[in-house]
Amino acid sequence: MSVPTKETLVLLSGNEAIARGAFEAGVKVASAYPGTPSTEILENFAKYEGVYAEWAPNEKVSVEVAIGASMAGVRALSTMKHVGVNVAADPIFTASYTGVRGGLVIVAADDPEMHSSQNEQDSRHYAVAAKIPMLEPSDSAEAREFTLLAYDLSEKYDTPFFLRSTTRIAHAKGAVRIGDPVVPPVEPGIVRDAAKWVMLPVNARRRHVLVEERTRALVEYAETSGINRIEPGSRALGIVTSGVSYQYVKEAFPEASVLKLGMAWPMPEKMILDFAAGVDRLVVVEELDPHIETHVKALGLKAQGKELIPICGELDPRIVREGITGERGSAHSPERVPNRPPNLCPGCPHRGLFFVLNKLKAIVSGDIGCYTLAALPPLSAMDLCVCMGASVGAAHGIEKALGKGAHGQVVAVIGDSTFLHSGITGLIDIVYNRGNSTVIILDNGITAMTGAQENPSTGKTLQGKPTHRIDFVALCRAIGVAHVYPVDPHDMEATEVVLKREMAREAPSVVITQALCALLPEHRRAERPVYEVSPAACVGCKACSKLGCPAIEWVPYTPEDAALAGKKPAQKGVTRINPLLCDGCGQCPPLCKFNAILRKSQ
Amino acid sequence: MQSGNIFLAGVGGQGTLLASELLSEAFLLSGYDVKKSEVHGMAQRGGAVTTHIRFGPKVYSPLIEPGSAGLLIAFEKMEALRFVHYLSPDGVVIANTQEIQPPSVLRGLELYPGDIETRLRAAAGRVFLVDALSSALALKEVRAVNVVMVGAASHFLPLPAQAYEDALKLRLPAKILDVNVAAFRAGRELLASTGGVA
Repeated sequence: MSVPTKETLVLLSGNEAIARGAFEAGVKVASAYPGTPSTEILENFAKYEGVYAEWAPNEKVSVEVAIGASMAGVRALSTMKHVGVNVAADPIFTASYTGVRGGLVIVAADDPEMHSSQNEQDSRHYAVAAKIPMLEPSDSAEAREFTLLAYDLSEKYDTPFFLRSTTRIAHAKGAVRIGDPVVPPVEPGIVRDAAKWVMLPVNARRRHVLVEERTRALVEYAETSGINRIEPGSRALGIVTSGVSYQYVKEAFPEASVLKLGMAWPMPEKMILDFAAGVDRLVVVEELDPHIETHVKALGLKAQGKELIPICGELDPRIVREGITGERGSAHSPERVPNRPPNLCPGCPHRGLFFVLNKLKAIVSGDIGCYTLAALPPLSAMDLCVCMGASVGAAHGIEKALGKGAHGQVVAVIGDSTFLHSGITGLIDIVYNRGNSTVIILDNGITAMTGAQENPSTGKTLQGKPTHRIDFVALCRAIGVAHVYPVDPHDMEATEVVLKREMAREAPSVVITQALCALLPEHRRAERPVYEVSPAACVGCKACSKLGCPAIEWVPYTPEDAALAGKKPAQKGVTRINPLLCDGCGQCPPLCKFNAILRKSQ
Repeated sequence: MQSGNIFLAGVGGQGTLLASELLSEAFLLSGYDVKKSEVHGMAQRGGAVTTHIRFGPKVYSPLIEPGSAGLLIAFEKMEALRFVHYLSPDGVVIANTQEIQPPSVLRGLELYPGDIETRLRAAAGRVFLVDALSSALALKEVRAVNVVMVGAASHFLPLPAQAYEDALKLRLPAKILDVNVAAFRAGRELLASTGGVA
């Protein structure tokens, strides 16, 4: 390996490299729903000249847009996080049968270790189940290269292609050699071909036969093309691996023989058999499920895998080394310090809402977003969270299960973008089936958790261009909710009055909390006061601390400190507002019965 | 060409991602292979955030193993202690003296550790505490804490100061370039008396 030269290399994340690869492949239409760790692919792709990129309301729509573009003869891209593939699975499984005209690539970004996810599913199962070939890059350079390759192969084999990434590919940066865009070979336009594109049973039966033939052809490609490669090494240890696990293997066992699979599906059977024949010990190293291992063992080979390498969590070189050698390295035990879990930001409007829900002891059916953090103490105001949109249907289910026993207690909380993604159908269910639940839409003007993306309720497109803005009040009314009330969640007293009334109501209702995300530039630019705690007035009751605001700090007192400060000896401390963190949202002053929280004079 | 591992630790919102970006870019511009890894999304909301940077003639793993970082840059004092087990036996800790209370301390359920410096010195050979927040506030740009830290840490990396300033020019918009170059130089000045490159 020669030393990279600075003239030809750029530092790109896996996501930036996939975006670059798609641009160089001549992709014209790209659609996605944001989701960590996939979000930056589309954000970066959208910056290139001459392309169309959009945020779709959900992953299913995103794939459908890409299918249409492919049928119209242009190269198309759809990107999502692993759980998004579940939402999009319906069109994906049948797009496998229709095949493509313009190349079609679907990026599935898995999140081993669940850094920012609700489950740890392995998207490689989808490749097998949908009979769609899958490429799996092991660094940024391959992320670009495999994206380009996937488009050529998609058209050559008449199939959508999966590109599978993981957090340590998506959000790792490495040196990438970039190239110029190509002109795709397919001509844009509609070529009418119902037998290929209209999946009536009569057509789909014929297409299924072609899908099976295609998979056999792709096995041949996997055997001979170089996408999978053997790196010869010692005979004592042979490791089959793919993706980022390959890097850990090279680090931990530089001497080993390695079969690196660049294609997660279908697999090169003959190559695996040849590789196995050349080594004394065969080990499969892969993150999450035993996908490669199962296939290797199905070939009748004796191999080790998940008995050595964990099925849960992400890997690193140490885990791989210790798993295979069985020897524990020298201990590096962490120091014990207080945990620092993620928290809602200072000035977050969600904090006001969840403070009220905690006070009302509501049964809170939650959803996916920053506000899921309200499940943590001290807000502790969430009882359930499963997947995008689930809060609404689940609230209805809780209410139907408990009947009068739950009346006036059940709410669903769901963000603006999440409601549009898949909450609307749940609300239709509540209205249609005569439910009484209160659905709270947290409208903070942005898709916040994934880093501030526009959505159909923000009035702006991905590119920031003005567009129609969904009117939540009108939408909910159209569904049949007669009681729809916007509130300002920073005004917790007023929010409590409205929530109490609507939760008690024997009819479906929607409460919309309207206040901008504290991280938005338009919020940060606005002038607001900074608050401070008067140490003389503070009695240390911690009423303000129950907000869990990062700006409200605790200053502990010893009895001597208390005496020095002129306090009762029993006072354990005072609160202090960190002026660097205070957002001036105004939630805390009304909580202080002693009027100790004041506007800072400047 | 040297190889090395830099572990960055901070609190979500402190700009650790930009700092790691500058360091990685400086190594790439200087002809090194480099990889860096971090996480986005929920983890960034005020939680402990880390970035791994590895440089050398050829880098495989994007992750650093515990016990193998030559340099630990902590943007918050307690975060230095949380991740000091990533340091190699001869590694260097550069820790910002700034304290940011985690939720349990905010609520008075636990104390912010008072013995961090002692414990750091027991765990690591060379420990430097710097007041990057004061340097940034002196420049009237609280967000420059991250670049001040990069400046202080640069003494212990095998690149000339110019490489970092080139990376700043490459990555930052013109209107915030000057203050960040000043922050880098202020940070470098903080540890100028320690003897330079390790």
